[in-house]
Amino acid sequence: MNKHQLNYLDELEAEAIYILREVAGQFEKPALLFSGGKDSITLVRLAEKAFRPGKFPFPLVHIDTGHNFIETIEYRDAMIKRIGEKLIIGHVQDSIDEGKVVEQKGKNASRNALQTVTLLDTIAKHQFDACIGGARRDEEKARAKERIFSVRDEFGQWDPKRQRPELWNIFNGKIHKGENVRVFPISNWTELDVWNYIRREKIELPSIYFAHERDCITRNGQLMAASPFLNMDEEDVITSQNVRFRTVGDMTCTAAVESYAYHIDDIIDEISASKISERGARMDDKVSEAAMEDRKKGGYF
Amino acid sequence: MDILKFITAGSVDDGKSTLIGRLLYDSESILADQLEALHSSNRKNDDGSIDLAILTDGLKAEREQGITIDVAYKYFQTDKRKFIIADTPGHIQYTRNMVTGASNANLAIILIDARKGVIEQTIRHSFLVALLGLPQVVVCVNKMDMVDFSEDVYNKIVNDYKVLAEKVGLKNVNYIPVSALKGDNIVHPSLNINWYNGDSLLHFLETVTIQVDDSKAHARFPVQWVVRPQTEELHDYRGYAGRVSSGSFKVNDKVTVLPSGFNSTIEKIELLDKEPQEAFAGMSVTIHLKDEIDISRGDILVNTQYQPEVSQLIEADLCWMDTRALDTAHTYFIQHNSKVTRCRIQEILYKVNINTLEKEYNEDFKLNDIGRIIIKTAEPLAFDLYQDNKANGGAIIIDSRTNVTVGALMLRGISD
Repeated sequence: MNKHQLNYLDELEAEAIYILREVAGQFEKPALLFSGGKDSITLVRLAEKAFRPGKFPFPLVHIDTGHNFIETIEYRDAMIKRIGEKLIIGHVQDSIDEGKVVEQKGKNASRNALQTVTLLDTIAKHQFDACIGGARRDEEKARAKERIFSVRDEFGQWDPKRQRPELWNIFNGKIHKGENVRVFPISNWTELDVWNYIRREKIELPSIYFAHERDCITRNGQLMAASPFLNMDEEDVITSQNVRFRTVGDMTCTAAVESYAYHIDDIIDEISASKISERGARMDDKVSEAAMEDRKKGGYF
Repeated sequence: MDILKFITAGSVDDGKSTLIGRLLYDSESILADQLEALHSSNRKNDDGSIDLAILTDGLKAEREQGITIDVAYKYFQTDKRKFIIADTPGHIQYTRNMVTGASNANLAIILIDARKGVIEQTIRHSFLVALLGLPQVVVCVNKMDMVDFSEDVYNKIVNDYKVLAEKVGLKNVNYIPVSALKGDNIVHPSLNINWYNGDSLLHFLETVTIQVDDSKAHARFPVQWVVRPQTEELHDYRGYAGRVSSGSFKVNDKVTVLPSGFNSTIEKIELLDKEPQEAFAGMSVTIHLKDEIDISRGDILVNTQYQPEVSQLIEADLCWMDTRALDTAHTYFIQHNSKVTRCRIQEILYKVNINTLEKEYNEDFKLNDIGRIIIKTAEPLAFDLYQDNKANGGAIIIDSRTNVTVGALMLRGISD
């Protein structure tokens, strides 16, 4: 490696900072979509590197399903206090109360699909023209084809056949009124890259990422956290398990994995050896092979 | 550990997706649940083995048509290196996607079907790789199993390709005989091709020197954003945020701001709480100057000693990427680094027939056309020649009616 060749983490970091600054420079009302997960936490760290000692040129936006892990919400509020930036919360409960969406019924009911509507409403209400997200191309096949600046029409839809060519490091953020752009600064990172970066930067994470004891039930072959949000019946047997979560989503659709990884080094070892990809622990992806593509067209990430 | 970004170019039937699938599969870069999906899919090869192309085919439409229709990015790593693959389509109507993938790659794999040899699309792909200035090329002669692993067939193709490489101007070309379907010379050396003593494809990719193509280019820093906290304690703070696009800047270097032409000296380089003495190509930093100058997004800091061209009338190679043909009467936008200004295509000098490499005159510029033009910009651009400095020599054209990116420009010089 020559003297002027960046180490891969430095290269990925520099690229992400560059993309965040392009958002700041090209858009009037951008927002950073914050889920409380490790990818969006990484984005916050990258935004600090891009804009400090100035303020972020965008607020953080959290779409709250109301079924979040309590640890995620506590983490979110403590982080906002630490960084001193603005947080906007869109509540799925509001969308339900306003009759815009109907709560799912049955055993596998989840609010995960409902949050698309709340997200689109929040974007419209605040007239955001760019939404920064933590999606990565290594997560799923449809994501592998998405651009870093991904234009959505006024219905939030992604049209995979009409993507703009993205050349060199030049990102075209020009849009018509009503359209917005989803921006993915860590597109080129893998799950392992994110973890290595978190370790290097000593970034604090919500505790559910690390192994802990928790009451769980087994459903469709996966471990789910027992919670008031999960529709349970007499067939569901609650057992105490040693688990951790690889993603931080809605409690009703985020599966746990059995784990004894108490420290970040253990997690990196675990992932390096793991035989299940990260999205494999999401029940909603299992529905059909084209699941992700359908959801993206509908305005989900 | 560093990152090698490469593209794969070949026609629909050359087995490109299979080659990438094989690289991932044999290097054990496929996870259990993905493997399960692969095995449970209905698509199989004729001999009943799993179809590795499924690993890169991402979209419903292409599953229906059985072709790759867009750029798909794949990631894998070995203990030597991280890789980013842009799988670019071979269909003629998707030249624009190949140009897109190639613009960000350090290396191109060009696939040739051993039964067909160098054909029209090989010429097309090689021309594009040369046009985009990729520093390294690996020619994989694929489907060697279909020609009985014949050394003669391979040698003829290599000789034919050398003629083509010379013609389009490709310098660093390597050749490997492979069978992506059977796995010969992809990850493991082939037992069927004992007359070949070179590297397997993966070994080559792991060990090839990554050409930082802009390593000799001069220092350029396009300003993306001005950091001005304007708080009481940071009242006079003014930092220029951006990414060094080429060369290197050190504290105390003399710099010039273009297009205004003001000179100053670098006072400090920042990256959050660090203050590096030097920032080189690829680094995102914040630069402070000793003098107070009016600088905003779209300006570029350059080493005072080595300045780029500054002009409003520029000769360039153009690749057209829109279904609506180029209109010389229309005013477009040009985006070059962080600068956006209006422009017009003043003159079409010629088009290149990318199948025969002949020049064509007096023709419309349509989707996937490539040629030489003269562009006039509303404000001057501070640019380098693309062949010397890709980062400061590339630009895009945006249609002001649709906001879509309609053209890729490789800037070649000032027009008299």
